[in-house]
Amino acid sequence: MKIIISGFGGQGVLSLGKFISYSAIEENLNTSWLPSYGPEMRGGTANCSVIYSAEEIAAPVIDKPDVLIAFNEPSLAKFENSVVPGGVIIINSDIVHTKTTRKDVKFYEIPVDTLASAINKRGANVYMLGALLPIFKDITVEAATKAIEHVFESKPKVIPANIECLKAGCEYMTKLVK
Amino acid sequence: MKKLWKGNEAIAEAAVAAGCRYFFGYPITPQNEIPEYMSWRLFEVGGAFIQAESEVSAINMVYGAAGAGARAMTSSSSPGISLKQEGISYIAGADLPCVIVNMMRSGPGLGGIQPAQGDYFQATKGGGHGDYHCIVFAPSTVQEFVDITYRAFDVADEYKNPVMIIGDGMLGQMMESAEIPPMRDLSTLPNKDSWAACGHSDGKQRLINSIRFEADELEAFNDYLFKKYEKIAEKETRYEEYYNEDAEYVFVAYGSVARICKAAVMELRQEGIKAGLIRPITLYPYPSKVINDTAKKHGVKKFITVEMSKGQMVEDVRLAVNGLKPVEFYGRCGGNVMMPADLVKFVKEGK
Repeated sequence: MKIIISGFGGQGVLSLGKFISYSAIEENLNTSWLPSYGPEMRGGTANCSVIYSAEEIAAPVIDKPDVLIAFNEPSLAKFENSVVPGGVIIINSDIVHTKTTRKDVKFYEIPVDTLASAINKRGANVYMLGALLPIFKDITVEAATKAIEHVFESKPKVIPANIECLKAGCEYMTKLVK
Repeated sequence: MKKLWKGNEAIAEAAVAAGCRYFFGYPITPQNEIPEYMSWRLFEVGGAFIQAESEVSAINMVYGAAGAGARAMTSSSSPGISLKQEGISYIAGADLPCVIVNMMRSGPGLGGIQPAQGDYFQATKGGGHGDYHCIVFAPSTVQEFVDITYRAFDVADEYKNPVMIIGDGMLGQMMESAEIPPMRDLSTLPNKDSWAACGHSDGKQRLINSIRFEADELEAFNDYLFKKYEKIAEKETRYEEYYNEDAEYVFVAYGSVARICKAAVMELRQEGIKAGLIRPITLYPYPSKVINDTAKKHGVKKFITVEMSKGQMVEDVRLAVNGLKPVEFYGRCGGNVMMPADLVKFVKEGK
Protein backbone atom coordinates (compact mmCIF):
# COMPACT_ATOMS: atom_id res chain seq x y z
CA MET A 1 0.00 0.00 0.00
CA LYS A 2 1.46 3.33 -1.11
CA ILE A 3 0.12 6.48 0.51
CA ILE A 4 0.88 10.17 -0.03
CA ILE A 5 -0.25 12.58 2.68
CA SER A 6 0.03 16.26 1.91
CA GLY A 7 -1.00 19.58 3.41
CA PHE A 8 0.32 22.69 5.15
CA GLY A 9 3.05 22.37 7.75
CA GLY A 10 1.36 22.15 11.15
CA GLN A 11 -1.69 20.12 10.07
CA GLY A 12 -0.18 16.93 11.41
CA VAL A 13 0.61 15.61 7.94
CA LEU A 14 3.96 14.07 8.90
CA SER A 15 2.53 12.71 12.17
CA LEU A 16 -0.35 11.00 10.36
CA GLY A 17 2.22 9.26 8.18
CA LYS A 18 4.11 8.10 11.25
CA PHE A 19 0.86 6.83 12.83
CA ILE A 20 0.31 4.65 9.75
CA SER A 21 3.87 3.30 9.90
CA TYR A 22 3.61 2.57 13.64
CA SER A 23 0.28 0.80 13.03
CA ALA A 24 1.80 -1.28 10.22
CA ILE A 25 4.63 -2.38 12.53
CA GLU A 26 2.01 -3.57 15.02
CA GLU A 27 0.72 -5.81 12.21
CA ASN A 28 4.27 -7.11 11.58
CA LEU A 29 4.38 -5.47 8.17
CA ASN A 30 7.39 -3.76 6.61
CA THR A 31 6.99 -0.02 6.40
CA SER A 32 8.78 3.11 5.28
CA TRP A 33 8.04 6.77 6.03
CA LEU A 34 9.71 9.39 3.87
CA PRO A 35 9.12 13.06 4.72
CA SER A 36 9.61 15.99 2.43
CA TYR A 37 12.25 18.07 4.11
CA GLY A 38 14.00 21.28 3.32
CA PRO A 39 12.86 24.58 1.86
CA GLU A 40 9.45 23.38 0.74
CA MET A 41 8.41 22.86 4.37
CA ARG A 42 8.74 26.49 5.38
CA GLY A 43 5.33 28.11 5.03
CA GLY A 44 4.52 25.91 2.06
CA THR A 45 3.34 22.35 1.77
CA ALA A 46 4.56 19.40 3.78
CA ASN A 47 4.10 15.89 2.53
CA CYS A 48 5.19 12.38 3.29
CA SER A 49 5.27 9.09 1.43
CA VAL A 50 4.29 6.05 3.46
CA ILE A 51 4.51 2.47 2.27
CA TYR A 52 3.59 -0.72 4.05
CA SER A 53 3.87 -4.22 2.68
CA ALA A 54 4.43 -7.83 3.64
CA GLU A 55 7.22 -7.84 1.02
CA GLU A 56 10.55 -6.01 0.98
CA ILE A 57 9.98 -2.32 0.29
CA ALA A 58 11.96 -1.28 -2.78
CA ALA A 59 11.71 2.41 -3.61
CA PRO A 60 10.68 4.60 -0.67
CA VAL A 61 9.61 7.28 -3.15
CA ILE A 62 6.13 7.02 -4.62
CA ASP A 63 5.22 7.99 -8.18
CA LYS A 64 1.84 6.22 -8.25
CA PRO A 65 0.10 6.30 -4.86
CA ASP A 66 -2.80 3.97 -4.04
CA VAL A 67 -4.16 6.54 -1.62
CA LEU A 68 -3.84 10.34 -1.56
CA ILE A 69 -4.88 12.33 1.50
CA ALA A 70 -5.04 16.05 0.71
CA PHE A 71 -5.28 18.46 3.63
CA ASN A 72 -5.19 21.56 1.41
CA GLU A 73 -6.00 22.70 -2.15
CA PRO A 74 -2.43 22.75 -3.54
CA SER A 75 -1.92 19.16 -2.41
CA LEU A 76 -4.95 17.93 -4.34
CA ALA A 77 -3.81 19.79 -7.46
CA LYS A 78 -0.23 18.54 -7.13
CA PHE A 79 -0.90 14.85 -6.60
CA GLU A 80 -4.40 13.93 -7.90
CA ASN A 81 -3.20 12.92 -11.35
CA SER A 82 -0.58 10.56 -9.94
CA VAL A 83 -3.07 8.32 -8.08
CA VAL A 84 -3.41 4.85 -9.63
CA PRO A 85 -6.67 4.15 -11.50
CA GLY A 86 -9.07 2.61 -8.99
CA GLY A 87 -7.17 4.32 -6.15
CA VAL A 88 -8.52 6.53 -3.40
CA ILE A 89 -8.44 10.30 -2.89
CA ILE A 90 -9.53 11.71 0.47
CA ILE A 91 -9.79 15.43 1.14
CA ASN A 92 -10.19 17.36 4.35
CA SER A 93 -13.38 19.08 3.20
CA ASP A 94 -13.17 21.68 5.97
CA ILE A 95 -10.32 23.22 3.99
CA VAL A 96 -10.46 21.75 0.48
CA HIS A 97 -13.57 22.80 -1.46
CA THR A 98 -12.51 21.57 -4.88
CA LYS A 99 -13.56 18.14 -6.05
CA THR A 100 -11.24 15.88 -7.95
CA THR A 101 -11.37 15.90 -11.73
CA ARG A 102 -10.56 12.19 -11.79
CA LYS A 103 -13.44 9.87 -12.69
CA ASP A 104 -11.51 6.62 -12.17
CA VAL A 105 -10.81 6.89 -8.44
CA LYS A 106 -12.89 6.67 -5.27
CA PHE A 107 -13.29 10.16 -3.84
CA TYR A 108 -14.17 10.89 -0.22
CA GLU A 109 -14.77 14.28 1.40
CA ILE A 110 -14.34 14.24 5.16
CA PRO A 111 -14.69 17.38 7.29
CA VAL A 112 -12.10 16.02 9.75
CA ASP A 113 -11.50 19.28 11.62
CA THR A 114 -15.23 19.66 12.44
CA LEU A 115 -15.78 15.97 13.21
CA ALA A 116 -12.67 15.59 15.36
CA SER A 117 -13.08 18.85 17.30
CA ALA A 118 -16.22 17.50 18.95
CA ILE A 119 -13.98 14.91 20.62
CA ASN A 120 -10.44 16.33 20.55
CA LYS A 121 -9.50 19.72 19.10
CA ARG A 122 -6.07 18.46 18.07
CA GLY A 123 -7.24 15.07 16.87
CA ALA A 124 -7.94 15.70 13.16
CA ASN A 125 -5.07 13.54 11.95
CA VAL A 126 -5.91 10.70 14.34
CA TYR A 127 -9.52 10.92 13.11
CA MET A 128 -8.14 10.62 9.57
CA LEU A 129 -6.08 7.59 10.62
CA GLY A 130 -9.31 5.95 11.82
CA ALA A 131 -10.99 6.85 8.54
CA LEU A 132 -8.20 5.16 6.60
CA LEU A 133 -8.56 1.78 8.31
CA PRO A 134 -11.67 0.61 6.35
CA ILE A 135 -9.74 1.42 3.15
CA PHE A 136 -6.54 -0.30 4.22
CA LYS A 137 -8.40 -3.42 5.44
CA ASP A 138 -5.14 -5.06 6.66
CA ILE A 139 -4.56 -2.75 9.63
CA THR A 140 -6.93 -3.40 12.52
CA VAL A 141 -8.32 -0.86 14.99
CA GLU A 142 -6.42 -2.78 17.68
CA ALA A 143 -3.08 -2.26 15.91
CA ALA A 144 -3.81 1.43 15.34
CA THR A 145 -4.83 1.78 19.00
CA LYS A 146 -1.51 0.27 20.10
CA ALA A 147 0.31 2.65 17.76
CA ILE A 148 -1.51 5.64 19.31
CA GLU A 149 -0.64 4.42 22.80
CA HIS A 150 2.98 4.13 21.73
CA VAL A 151 3.19 7.51 20.02
CA PHE A 152 1.62 9.34 22.97
CA GLU A 153 3.51 7.30 25.59
CA SER A 154 4.98 10.44 27.14
CA LYS A 155 1.59 12.22 27.21
CA PRO A 156 -0.75 9.53 28.64
CA LYS A 157 -3.48 12.11 29.35
CA VAL A 158 -4.21 12.60 25.66
CA ILE A 159 -4.44 8.90 24.82
CA PRO A 160 -8.17 8.27 25.61
CA ALA A 161 -9.41 11.24 23.54
CA ASN A 162 -7.19 10.18 20.63
CA ILE A 163 -8.43 6.60 20.75
CA GLU A 164 -11.97 7.95 20.72
CA CYS A 165 -11.09 10.01 17.64
CA LEU A 166 -9.56 6.96 15.98
CA LYS A 167 -12.68 4.86 16.54
CA ALA A 168 -15.03 7.66 15.47
CA GLY A 169 -13.03 8.11 12.25
CA CYS A 170 -13.18 4.40 11.56
CA GLU A 171 -16.95 4.23 12.12
CA TYR A 172 -17.55 7.30 9.94
CA MET A 173 -15.62 5.83 7.05
CA THR A 174 -17.09 2.35 7.43
CA LYS A 175 -20.51 3.87 6.67
CA LEU A 176 -19.17 5.81 3.66
CA VAL A 177 -17.39 2.81 2.19
CA LYS A 178 -20.60 0.78 2.36
CA MET B 1 12.42 -6.50 18.24
CA LYS B 2 11.72 -4.44 15.16
CA LYS B 3 10.95 -0.79 15.78
CA LEU B 4 10.39 2.26 13.64
CA TRP B 5 13.73 4.08 13.36
CA LYS B 6 14.75 7.24 11.57
CA GLY B 7 17.86 6.48 9.49
CA ASN B 8 20.10 8.96 11.30
CA GLU B 9 19.00 7.86 14.77
CA ALA B 10 19.38 4.19 13.88
CA ILE B 11 23.00 4.81 12.84
CA ALA B 12 23.67 6.55 16.17
CA GLU B 13 22.14 3.75 18.26
CA ALA B 14 23.93 1.07 16.20
CA ALA B 15 27.24 2.88 16.84
CA VAL B 16 26.58 2.91 20.58
CA ALA B 17 25.68 -0.79 20.45
CA ALA B 18 28.97 -1.42 18.60
CA GLY B 19 30.91 0.09 21.48
CA CYS B 20 31.43 3.63 20.17
CA ARG B 21 31.73 5.90 23.21
CA TYR B 22 33.21 9.06 21.66
CA PHE B 23 31.47 11.28 19.14
CA PHE B 24 32.72 14.60 17.82
CA GLY B 25 30.66 16.59 15.38
CA TYR B 26 29.38 19.87 14.09
CA PRO B 27 25.77 20.41 12.97
CA ILE B 28 24.70 20.34 9.33
CA THR B 29 21.46 19.26 7.62
CA PRO B 30 20.48 16.51 6.77
CA GLN B 31 22.39 14.54 9.41
CA ASN B 32 21.65 16.54 12.57
CA GLU B 33 19.75 13.70 14.24
CA ILE B 34 23.03 11.76 14.58
CA PRO B 35 24.82 14.28 16.86
CA GLU B 36 21.52 15.20 18.52
CA TYR B 37 20.94 11.55 19.48
CA MET B 38 24.56 11.02 20.51
CA SER B 39 24.48 14.13 22.72
CA TRP B 40 22.15 12.45 25.23
CA ARG B 41 22.74 8.78 24.46
CA LEU B 42 26.51 8.77 25.01
CA PHE B 43 25.96 10.55 28.31
CA GLU B 44 23.69 7.64 29.37
CA VAL B 45 26.34 5.00 28.60
CA GLY B 46 29.27 6.84 30.14
CA GLY B 47 30.78 8.11 26.88
CA ALA B 48 31.58 11.60 25.71
CA PHE B 49 29.95 13.83 23.12
CA ILE B 50 31.51 17.06 21.96
CA GLN B 51 29.99 19.57 19.61
CA ALA B 52 33.23 21.02 18.28
CA GLU B 53 33.69 24.57 17.04
CA SER B 54 34.11 23.34 13.47
CA GLU B 55 34.31 20.20 11.34
CA VAL B 56 38.11 20.56 11.20
CA SER B 57 38.22 20.45 14.96
CA ALA B 58 35.78 17.53 15.20
CA ILE B 59 37.75 15.24 12.87
CA ASN B 60 40.99 16.04 14.73
CA MET B 61 39.28 15.08 18.00
CA VAL B 62 38.42 11.77 16.33
CA TYR B 63 42.10 11.49 15.36
CA GLY B 64 43.11 11.98 18.97
CA ALA B 65 40.56 9.59 20.43
CA ALA B 66 41.43 6.92 17.83
CA GLY B 67 45.13 7.36 18.65
CA ALA B 68 44.29 6.74 22.29
CA GLY B 69 42.60 3.48 21.29
CA ALA B 70 38.94 4.52 21.52
CA ARG B 71 36.10 3.62 19.20
CA ALA B 72 35.44 7.11 17.89
CA MET B 73 33.14 8.53 15.28
CA THR B 74 32.06 11.69 13.50
CA SER B 75 29.28 12.46 11.05
CA SER B 76 28.53 15.29 8.68
CA SER B 77 27.09 16.09 5.28
CA SER B 78 28.88 16.97 2.05
CA PRO B 79 30.29 20.50 2.72
CA GLY B 80 31.25 19.41 6.24
CA ILE B 81 32.93 16.26 4.95
CA SER B 82 35.02 18.44 2.60
CA LEU B 83 36.27 20.32 5.65
CA LYS B 84 37.21 17.04 7.34
CA GLN B 85 39.37 15.76 4.47
CA GLU B 86 42.69 16.98 5.85
CA GLY B 87 42.00 15.16 9.12
CA ILE B 88 40.91 12.00 7.33
CA SER B 89 44.16 11.97 5.35
CA TYR B 90 46.10 12.39 8.63
CA ILE B 91 44.15 9.54 10.25
CA ALA B 92 44.95 7.32 7.25
CA GLY B 93 48.58 8.48 7.46
CA ALA B 94 48.73 7.64 11.15
CA ASP B 95 47.22 4.22 10.41
CA LEU B 96 44.27 4.62 12.77
CA PRO B 97 40.71 3.22 12.85
CA CYS B 98 37.61 5.42 12.99
CA VAL B 99 34.12 5.69 11.51
CA ILE B 100 32.91 8.68 9.49
CA VAL B 101 29.33 9.09 8.24
CA ASN B 102 28.47 11.28 5.26
CA MET B 103 24.75 11.92 4.67
CA MET B 104 25.23 13.47 1.27
CA ARG B 105 23.42 16.59 0.11
CA SER B 106 23.53 18.34 -3.24
CA GLY B 107 26.54 20.41 -4.27
CA PRO B 108 28.98 21.83 -5.17
CA GLY B 109 29.65 24.50 -2.57
CA LEU B 110 26.99 24.88 0.09
CA GLY B 111 24.61 23.50 -2.55
CA GLY B 112 21.24 22.41 -1.21
CA ILE B 113 20.03 20.20 1.60
CA GLN B 114 18.19 17.65 -0.54
CA PRO B 115 19.56 14.15 -1.27
CA ALA B 116 22.44 13.64 -3.70
CA GLN B 117 25.33 11.29 -4.48
CA GLY B 118 27.86 13.80 -5.72
CA ASP B 119 30.53 12.80 -3.19
CA TYR B 120 31.35 9.40 -4.75
CA PHE B 121 34.70 10.56 -6.09
CA GLN B 122 35.55 12.26 -2.81
CA ALA B 123 34.68 9.15 -0.78
CA THR B 124 36.31 6.49 -2.97
CA LYS B 125 39.24 8.21 -4.66
CA GLY B 126 40.87 9.77 -1.65
CA GLY B 127 39.19 13.05 -0.80
CA GLY B 128 42.18 14.31 1.10
CA HIS B 129 45.74 14.41 -0.19
CA GLY B 130 48.15 11.54 -0.63
CA ASP B 131 47.90 7.86 -1.52
CA TYR B 132 45.24 6.43 0.75
CA HIS B 133 41.72 5.01 0.80
CA CYS B 134 38.86 4.85 3.25
CA ILE B 135 36.83 1.66 3.29
CA VAL B 136 33.50 2.95 1.95
CA PHE B 137 30.11 1.37 2.64
CA ALA B 138 26.87 2.50 0.98
CA PRO B 139 23.83 1.00 2.74
CA SER B 140 20.39 1.29 1.13
CA THR B 141 17.92 0.65 3.95
CA VAL B 142 17.69 1.71 7.59
CA GLN B 143 18.30 -1.90 8.65
CA GLU B 144 21.41 -2.06 6.48
CA PHE B 145 22.62 1.22 8.00
CA VAL B 146 22.30 -0.44 11.40
CA ASP B 147 24.06 -3.66 10.41
CA ILE B 148 26.89 -1.89 8.58
CA THR B 149 27.46 0.74 11.30
CA TYR B 150 27.58 -2.05 13.87
CA ARG B 151 30.20 -3.89 11.81
CA ALA B 152 32.09 -0.79 10.64
CA PHE B 153 33.87 -0.39 13.98
CA ASP B 154 35.15 -3.99 13.82
CA VAL B 155 36.30 -3.53 10.23
CA ALA B 156 38.04 -0.25 11.12
CA ASP B 157 39.83 -1.88 14.07
CA GLU B 158 40.77 -5.01 12.16
CA TYR B 159 42.53 -3.10 9.37
CA LYS B 160 43.40 0.05 11.35
CA ASN B 161 41.72 2.08 8.65
CA PRO B 162 39.14 4.86 8.50
CA VAL B 163 35.72 3.57 7.42
CA MET B 164 33.30 5.90 5.69
CA ILE B 165 29.58 5.15 5.57
CA ILE B 166 27.76 7.16 2.95
CA GLY B 167 24.05 7.74 2.65
CA ASP B 168 21.98 10.66 1.50
CA GLY B 169 19.41 12.99 2.97
CA MET B 170 16.59 10.64 1.97
CA LEU B 171 18.01 7.66 3.88
CA GLY B 172 18.93 9.83 6.86
CA GLN B 173 15.48 11.40 7.16
CA MET B 174 13.26 8.41 6.40
CA MET B 175 11.87 5.98 8.95
CA GLU B 176 11.75 2.23 8.52
CA SER B 177 11.35 -0.85 10.64
CA ALA B 178 14.71 -2.02 11.91
CA GLU B 179 16.24 -4.04 14.70
CA ILE B 180 19.30 -2.90 16.66
CA PRO B 181 21.79 -5.69 17.51
CA PRO B 182 22.70 -6.33 21.17
CA MET B 183 25.04 -3.97 23.07
CA ARG B 184 28.66 -5.05 22.75
CA ASP B 185 30.40 -5.89 26.01
CA LEU B 186 33.23 -3.32 26.02
CA SER B 187 35.62 -5.84 27.60
CA THR B 188 35.37 -7.96 24.43
CA LEU B 189 36.49 -5.16 22.08
CA PRO B 190 39.93 -5.49 20.41
CA ASN B 191 42.82 -4.71 22.75
CA LYS B 192 44.92 -1.84 21.40
CA ASP B 193 47.54 -1.67 24.16
CA SER B 194 50.29 -2.76 21.75
CA TRP B 195 50.10 0.45 19.72
CA ALA B 196 47.69 3.01 21.18
CA ALA B 197 48.84 6.10 23.07
CA CYS B 198 46.79 5.05 26.05
CA GLY B 199 49.31 5.17 28.89
CA HIS B 200 49.96 1.41 28.85
CA SER B 201 53.46 1.44 27.32
CA ASP B 202 55.57 1.07 30.49
CA GLY B 203 56.64 4.69 30.42
CA LYS B 204 58.08 4.44 26.90
CA GLN B 205 57.24 7.23 24.51
CA ARG B 206 54.65 6.32 21.93
CA LEU B 207 54.28 8.70 19.05
CA ILE B 208 51.30 8.57 16.72
CA ASN B 209 51.56 10.88 13.74
CA SER B 210 51.64 10.89 9.96
CA ILE B 211 54.96 12.56 9.31
CA ARG B 212 57.68 10.53 7.52
CA PHE B 213 60.44 12.70 6.07
CA GLU B 214 62.60 9.83 4.81
CA ALA B 215 61.60 8.90 1.25
CA ASP B 216 62.25 5.20 1.73
CA GLU B 217 60.41 5.09 5.04
CA LEU B 218 57.39 6.80 3.50
CA GLU B 219 57.43 4.61 0.41
CA ALA B 220 57.51 1.53 2.63
CA PHE B 221 54.48 2.92 4.46
CA ASN B 222 52.71 3.55 1.12
CA ASP B 223 53.44 -0.07 0.15
CA TYR B 224 52.14 -1.27 3.51
CA LEU B 225 48.86 0.66 3.02
CA PHE B 226 48.30 -0.76 -0.45
CA LYS B 227 49.03 -4.32 0.70
CA LYS B 228 46.39 -3.68 3.33
CA TYR B 229 43.93 -2.45 0.67
CA GLU B 230 44.53 -5.63 -1.36
CA LYS B 231 43.60 -7.73 1.66
CA ILE B 232 40.55 -5.54 2.28
CA ALA B 233 39.48 -5.96 -1.36
CA GLU B 234 39.80 -9.71 -1.05
CA LYS B 235 37.87 -10.01 2.21
CA GLU B 236 35.49 -7.10 2.49
CA THR B 237 34.04 -6.50 -0.98
CA ARG B 238 30.24 -6.65 -0.76
CA TYR B 239 27.42 -6.35 -3.28
CA GLU B 240 23.87 -7.52 -3.90
CA GLU B 241 22.60 -9.02 -7.13
CA TYR B 242 18.91 -8.53 -7.82
CA TYR B 243 17.33 -10.53 -10.68
CA ASN B 244 20.76 -10.52 -12.32
CA GLU B 245 20.89 -14.22 -13.39
CA ASP B 246 19.07 -13.78 -16.70
CA ALA B 247 19.09 -9.98 -16.98
CA GLU B 248 19.59 -8.35 -20.37
CA TYR B 249 19.52 -4.79 -19.01
CA VAL B 250 21.64 -4.46 -15.89
CA PHE B 251 21.28 -1.44 -13.61
CA VAL B 252 24.23 -0.56 -11.40
CA ALA B 253 23.32 1.73 -8.49
CA TYR B 254 24.00 2.15 -4.79
CA GLY B 255 22.22 3.48 -1.72
CA SER B 256 18.70 4.87 -2.03
CA VAL B 257 18.96 4.95 -5.84
CA ALA B 258 19.44 1.17 -5.91
CA ARG B 259 16.02 0.82 -4.28
CA ILE B 260 14.44 2.93 -7.01
CA CYS B 261 16.18 0.64 -9.53
CA LYS B 262 14.68 -2.41 -7.79
CA ALA B 263 11.19 -0.98 -8.28
CA ALA B 264 12.06 -0.29 -11.95
CA VAL B 265 13.34 -3.88 -12.35
CA MET B 266 10.00 -5.20 -11.12
CA GLU B 267 8.01 -2.92 -13.44
CA LEU B 268 10.16 -3.83 -16.45
CA ARG B 269 9.89 -7.54 -15.72
CA GLN B 270 6.10 -7.23 -15.50
CA GLU B 271 6.26 -5.89 -19.05
CA GLY B 272 8.44 -8.81 -20.14
CA ILE B 273 11.74 -6.90 -20.22
CA LYS B 274 14.50 -8.77 -18.43
CA ALA B 275 16.08 -6.18 -16.17
CA GLY B 276 18.37 -6.74 -13.20
CA LEU B 277 20.51 -4.85 -10.73
CA ILE B 278 23.99 -5.02 -9.28
CA ARG B 279 24.11 -3.00 -6.07
CA PRO B 280 27.61 -2.28 -4.73
CA ILE B 281 27.48 -2.29 -0.92
CA THR B 282 31.17 -1.42 -0.65
CA LEU B 283 32.17 1.43 -2.97
CA TYR B 284 35.80 0.97 -1.95
CA PRO B 285 36.77 -1.82 -2.44
CA TYR B 286 34.61 -1.77 -5.58
CA PRO B 287 32.89 -5.01 -6.69
CA SER B 288 34.44 -4.87 -10.17
CA LYS B 289 34.61 -8.63 -10.58
CA VAL B 290 30.86 -9.29 -10.45
CA ILE B 291 30.31 -6.48 -12.97
CA ASN B 292 33.01 -7.87 -15.27
CA ASP B 293 31.63 -11.42 -14.93
CA THR B 294 28.16 -10.12 -15.78
CA ALA B 295 29.52 -8.22 -18.80
CA LYS B 296 30.95 -11.49 -20.14
CA LYS B 297 27.50 -13.13 -20.21
CA HIS B 298 26.06 -13.47 -23.72
CA GLY B 299 22.55 -12.40 -22.74
CA VAL B 300 23.59 -9.08 -21.26
CA LYS B 301 22.81 -6.24 -23.69
CA LYS B 302 23.90 -3.18 -21.71
CA PHE B 303 24.58 -1.64 -18.35
CA ILE B 304 22.73 1.41 -17.05
CA THR B 305 24.43 3.22 -14.18
CA VAL B 306 21.98 5.33 -12.19
CA GLU B 307 23.15 8.00 -9.76
CA MET B 308 22.00 11.21 -8.14
CA SER B 309 24.97 12.97 -9.76
CA LYS B 310 26.25 13.90 -13.20
CA GLY B 311 28.01 10.52 -13.39
CA GLN B 312 30.76 9.47 -11.00
CA MET B 313 30.43 5.76 -10.20
CA VAL B 314 29.76 5.19 -13.91
CA GLU B 315 33.55 5.53 -14.41
CA ASP B 316 34.18 2.52 -12.17
CA VAL B 317 31.44 0.59 -13.98
CA ARG B 318 33.11 1.37 -17.32
CA LEU B 319 36.50 0.23 -15.94
CA ALA B 320 34.93 -3.02 -14.74
CA VAL B 321 32.99 -3.64 -17.97
CA ASN B 322 36.19 -2.82 -19.90
CA GLY B 323 34.47 -2.26 -23.22
CA LEU B 324 32.71 -5.63 -23.30
CA LYS B 325 29.24 -4.05 -23.35
CA PRO B 326 27.77 -0.55 -23.67
CA VAL B 327 27.51 1.39 -20.40
CA GLU B 328 24.85 4.11 -20.27
CA PHE B 329 24.14 6.66 -17.59
CA TYR B 330 20.99 8.14 -16.06
CA GLY B 331 21.34 10.81 -13.40
CA ARG B 332 19.43 13.50 -11.55
CA CYS B 333 20.97 16.37 -9.64
CA GLY B 334 20.37 19.26 -7.31
CA GLY B 335 18.35 17.21 -4.85
CA ASN B 336 15.92 15.84 -7.44
CA VAL B 337 15.18 12.14 -7.12
CA MET B 338 14.39 9.94 -10.11
CA MET B 339 11.21 7.85 -10.03
CA PRO B 340 10.98 4.18 -11.06
CA ALA B 341 8.88 5.26 -14.07
CA ASP B 342 11.75 7.48 -15.31
CA LEU B 343 14.07 4.47 -15.39
CA VAL B 344 11.47 2.24 -17.05
CA LYS B 345 11.07 4.87 -19.78
CA PHE B 346 14.86 5.25 -20.17
CA VAL B 347 15.32 1.50 -20.71
CA LYS B 348 12.36 1.16 -23.08
CA GLU B 349 13.36 4.14 -25.23
CA GLY B 350 16.97 3.00 -25.46
CA LYS B 351 16.17 -0.62 -26.30
